[in-house]
Amino acid sequence: MAATATPPALDDSTTLIPKKLVHARPLFDRELVGRAVKASFGKLNPVTLYKNPVIFVVEVGAALTTGLLLRDTAVGRHGLGFQIQIALWLWFTVLFANFAEAMAEARGKAQADALRKTKTDTFAKRISGGGKTEIVAASKLRAGDVVLCEVGDIIPGDGEVIEGIATVDESVITGESAPVIRESGGDRSAVTGGTKVLSDQIKIRITSNPGETFLDRMIALVEGAERQKTPNEIALNILIAGLTLIFLAAVVTLQPFAIYSVRSVGVGTVPTIAALVSLLVCLIPTTIGGLLSAIGIAGMDRVMQHNVLAMSGKAVEASGDVDTLLLDKTGTITLGNRQAVEFIPVEGVTERELADAAQLSSLADETPEGRSIMVLAKEKYNLRGRELSQQEAHFVPFSAYTRMSGVDLDGHQLRKGATDAVMQFVRDLGGKVPAGFLEMSDRISRTGGTPLAVADGARLLGLVHLKDIVKGGMRERLAQLRAMGIRSVMITGDNPLTAAAIANESGVDDFLAQATPKDKLEYIRREQAQGRLVAMTGDGTNDAPALAQADVGVAMNTGTMAAKEAGNMVDLDSNPTKLLEIVAIGKQLLITRGALTTFSIMNDVSKYFAIIPAMFVTTYPALDKLNIMRLHSPQSAVLAAVIFNAVIIVALVPLALRGVKYRPQDAAGMLRRNLWIYGLGGFIAPFPCIWFIDRLLGLLHLA
Amino acid sequence: MTPIGILQIVVYFIVVLAITKPMGAFMARVFQGERTFLHPLMRPLERLIYRLTGVNEDGEQRWTQYAASLIAFSLASFLFVYAIERLQGILPFNPMHFGTKAAPPGAAPVTPDLAYNTAASFLTNTNWQAYSGEMTFSYFVQMAALAVQNFVSAAAGIAVAVALIRGFARHQARAIGNFWVDLTRCTLYILLPISFVAALIFCSRGAIQNFHAYTQVKTLEGSTQTIPQGPVASQEAIKLLGTNGGGFFNANSAHPFENPTPLTDFIQVILIFLIPAGLTYTFGRMVGDTRQGWAIFAAMTILFAAGVFVCYHYEAAGNPILAKLGVESKYTGSQPGGNMEGKETRFGIAQSALFATVTTDASCGAVNSMHDSYTPIGGLVPLFNMETDEVIFGGVGSGFYGMLLYAIVGVFIAGLMVGRTPEYLGKKLQQKEVKMAMLAILATAFVILVFAGITSVIPFAKNGYWNPPGPATANLNNSGPHGFSEILYAYSSAPENNGSAFAGISVDTPWYNLTLGLAMLIGRFAFMIPALVIAGCLAEKKKVPISSGTLPTHDALFVGLLVGTVIVVGALTFFPALALGPLVEHFLMHGGKLFTMLIFPRWS
Repeated sequence: MAATATPPALDDSTTLIPKKLVHARPLFDRELVGRAVKASFGKLNPVTLYKNPVIFVVEVGAALTTGLLLRDTAVGRHGLGFQIQIALWLWFTVLFANFAEAMAEARGKAQADALRKTKTDTFAKRISGGGKTEIVAASKLRAGDVVLCEVGDIIPGDGEVIEGIATVDESVITGESAPVIRESGGDRSAVTGGTKVLSDQIKIRITSNPGETFLDRMIALVEGAERQKTPNEIALNILIAGLTLIFLAAVVTLQPFAIYSVRSVGVGTVPTIAALVSLLVCLIPTTIGGLLSAIGIAGMDRVMQHNVLAMSGKAVEASGDVDTLLLDKTGTITLGNRQAVEFIPVEGVTERELADAAQLSSLADETPEGRSIMVLAKEKYNLRGRELSQQEAHFVPFSAYTRMSGVDLDGHQLRKGATDAVMQFVRDLGGKVPAGFLEMSDRISRTGGTPLAVADGARLLGLVHLKDIVKGGMRERLAQLRAMGIRSVMITGDNPLTAAAIANESGVDDFLAQATPKDKLEYIRREQAQGRLVAMTGDGTNDAPALAQADVGVAMNTGTMAAKEAGNMVDLDSNPTKLLEIVAIGKQLLITRGALTTFSIMNDVSKYFAIIPAMFVTTYPALDKLNIMRLHSPQSAVLAAVIFNAVIIVALVPLALRGVKYRPQDAAGMLRRNLWIYGLGGFIAPFPCIWFIDRLLGLLHLA
Repeated sequence: MTPIGILQIVVYFIVVLAITKPMGAFMARVFQGERTFLHPLMRPLERLIYRLTGVNEDGEQRWTQYAASLIAFSLASFLFVYAIERLQGILPFNPMHFGTKAAPPGAAPVTPDLAYNTAASFLTNTNWQAYSGEMTFSYFVQMAALAVQNFVSAAAGIAVAVALIRGFARHQARAIGNFWVDLTRCTLYILLPISFVAALIFCSRGAIQNFHAYTQVKTLEGSTQTIPQGPVASQEAIKLLGTNGGGFFNANSAHPFENPTPLTDFIQVILIFLIPAGLTYTFGRMVGDTRQGWAIFAAMTILFAAGVFVCYHYEAAGNPILAKLGVESKYTGSQPGGNMEGKETRFGIAQSALFATVTTDASCGAVNSMHDSYTPIGGLVPLFNMETDEVIFGGVGSGFYGMLLYAIVGVFIAGLMVGRTPEYLGKKLQQKEVKMAMLAILATAFVILVFAGITSVIPFAKNGYWNPPGPATANLNNSGPHGFSEILYAYSSAPENNGSAFAGISVDTPWYNLTLGLAMLIGRFAFMIPALVIAGCLAEKKKVPISSGTLPTHDALFVGLLVGTVIVVGALTFFPALALGPLVEHFLMHGGKLFTMLIFPRWS
């Protein structure tokens, strides 16, 4: 079998996130950094900053410290070096957090600008009710208008081809330079505003109002203008806001505790406001608070880099939660071009006669399978493809319901299609199915092939054996999915036996054979009723209900507008295998959030050991026993903790933007690994860092 | 630490382990309305109660109705207890004539603030006692008001825990059970029978049970001594079983009439953990995977073991200042060594450390020794146990739902690290669950810190209502960090519904009575209501099937995670406060400094 001959190469495509990203750009692009730095200052505005409670608290603390500093300066107090430094570093903390967010946004904006450049002012040839053509600005078009596009025209808005066929350059959207065919009817009728007609002419019915086109939405999305916090992000925000409140209580009440202690022991002074604010800022989860929105934006960005357009951050997040993947067999699991390899006639029919009928019925069949039948017939019997005009022949296109196609010619009804569909067709016309025919068909199925029955009216002629080729490395990828707890389900129009053989060969967990769009929809509903989240890809209009029902529906860009509207992502490369990458990105996004939250919280332990002994050194010198880092002075201890707290935000920006390293493995293994790295790491890392900063401050005579 | 001491603790734990499954399985049957061996006896009574109160046994409630029932019941309880306390002078079973002019000299008046504090204390299962039982309340108050609350407040706590468990167990359901049914069943099938048996055992070992007036005896020295009497044994059993902790006498379980022998002492600590430990198994049973319950049990065990051995270690090590003075502080055959101050000789250091740890792991609050006299670190253990919301087995019901809230927080953070929206027992943890869990943890932390903070510095004017003039800290027995620990302990004990006292503060003043009373109410309901919201919210959700992509919540990793969450959240919240209390006191003690008593304590 062809598939077994394919080496299970573990090439780049088998790791879930390929190293080479489509639109990858350097993380710290000079221009972007410049833009982000500028934006960080703009974000200091408390009116907008209050939406990030953690960083807002830092800003309030910084303002308070600065205010007290100004007061102290006004009264001419000396030795304010420490206070100045604290105030400065608190402002830096806010700026660093702003920078992280601005950096992520800048990357999105850069992408949006690139898109906007393509959105030149175009004019449209609108066809009015009377059939006259008038020139109007593209921005004046409304949904329902019909426009004419000829060679060289920019398509003025999203729409559906209602007449004609044309080649279109969609590189603006997809980055793919090869032109694509767009024609009326069928699944290739959708066109996108901003793309260019290269040949022929088409009439298009506009489907979107100005400002709502695909391109507009795409720009808004990458720019983050439409960014809404995702459910998980909101929940995490609540958690860190709650922690902030707890620490606020702990620090604010420390003041009366300290007053009591000083009074009771009779020595020392109560910690200054600057010291208390420093402690608060060090304790509240500024690391995750500063990086949270950057992580979300970067997640969207990563999806974009894979040439997938997510309609919302929620969709990206949901893809991490997916339990069941519905994968179309053709093009996803198998290479998609099933090849005809054999004609098997029934008794009393010659192979040549079968080949001839098969070829005739495939004349209008543009699919790779149809063409491979033509090729096989030509190779074996030197039968040439004939030109038939619409007058002599009536072509019957394939539909998902009849599961047959063919031609009506000279009173003959030539049909080819799924075995049971053709058998039904023959029986309906009063014909007989030869004994053992079904068995013949099953024999092909059992080997993983696809039997295609051919009939001439009521007379069953025989079978064409189509062979399916499983993509290299697919088995490994599906095994990775299984390790991650994701079930893969193969969707195919094939009969159950064929499906089972391919399923077995590729290693999917389940399959849905002879699937009609309705079956798909029902399968999704069933899975969802059991609490599972389902992801699928689709392109046809009949996929739309299932795409809408699925939790993650990835529409192919080549698909119809209906499919694109129904799904919550569009793959611009129209590569159904990309579903696997999308899932990985969703998971990576959630992991990054969890990892940085854990890291942020675990950091706090060390800061207590730095700040608490320093604060009470005058009242309780015995607390110096808690100064396990042996920081050299109380001031440098506080300052070192504050500086570490600020710098760590910037240090983790690359991690937030790129996402943490992600390896497909089971949940327990993944948790263990991440707990070691970010839990234990977060606990230990600050100790040497704070110690080092303390020494540095000493060397520089800053504290 | 001595081998025999360690053995006592180990044996104790083995017994707890052994009773967890049978107890848990029995409770699961009770709350799922299945038949138990007590049915022939209790079922007719149960039916009768429903008929009299008009409760529809099969009518389940949504969380809102469940919470409303709970609050209505608590409010009624409050008014009932308050009224009885204030009216004890005209009520029966009052041989010592409390509340009348004929009360014995030294009897404390039941002021409105004390009555409020006590009512709040018993309805919230706290059993904080700003009074001395034998000098304040008649037998009728002790039985009809306080002991009844000991039963029903425990049952209410267990009911909420069971409701939360149902939230996890159910799939797209609106109801989480019926509060009145849970309350009734818990009382009839679980609390009453066990208390009855335990009370008989206590009686047989020497605990008293009578309605006599106090006895006057002539001592060997020729002076007279008053020996209080009362229905003690019956109250003793539920005090521990219901993790209430309110003693009949002021000396609580250190009093020989309450806790006469080492054997009764052992039974008492077993009773404290009986229901909380059993609930872990009940949980496993009800959610259909007993491993889930054992995982929580394991996490609780680790925290328990850490606490008890730290406490025991420091108590056995004793006070280095005394050792320097030449006092024998090592264990010898004839004397225990270590820190015996405030401990009963019939229990010794190991049993005392065990009791102190267990009573604060659970929100019991009964004591068999004086926590104020513990070494700084020995005293830190009970304090920290309370401040982590008493989830180490915990109070009946409250400990368990508290631990589940911690599990929700822990699983939420860690769950993200496996790349999925976090799930616990197949339920997705989202906004509402996280919000409610944080709210509960936040509320108690706030109450502890804010009230302790205010009390540390607040001064009072002359002739004011609130407190004798001067700072609130003038009520303390000790200065310095030890005095601070006393404040912190009181304001931790109240909102955590523990009720044990470090003691060392004169707390029967309006300021302390009202603030502590408020703290108890907030601590109870700001924890319970969020738990019920979560229960309702989870019940409505689908149960997501477990896959290898789901965070496993029954393995060692989860246990570690849960332990870590409890410790880290607790430590981060209270580290500054603890540093100024027990920690610095510890360092200072090793530096040779102690904090002297200022005045003689009003109560021991």
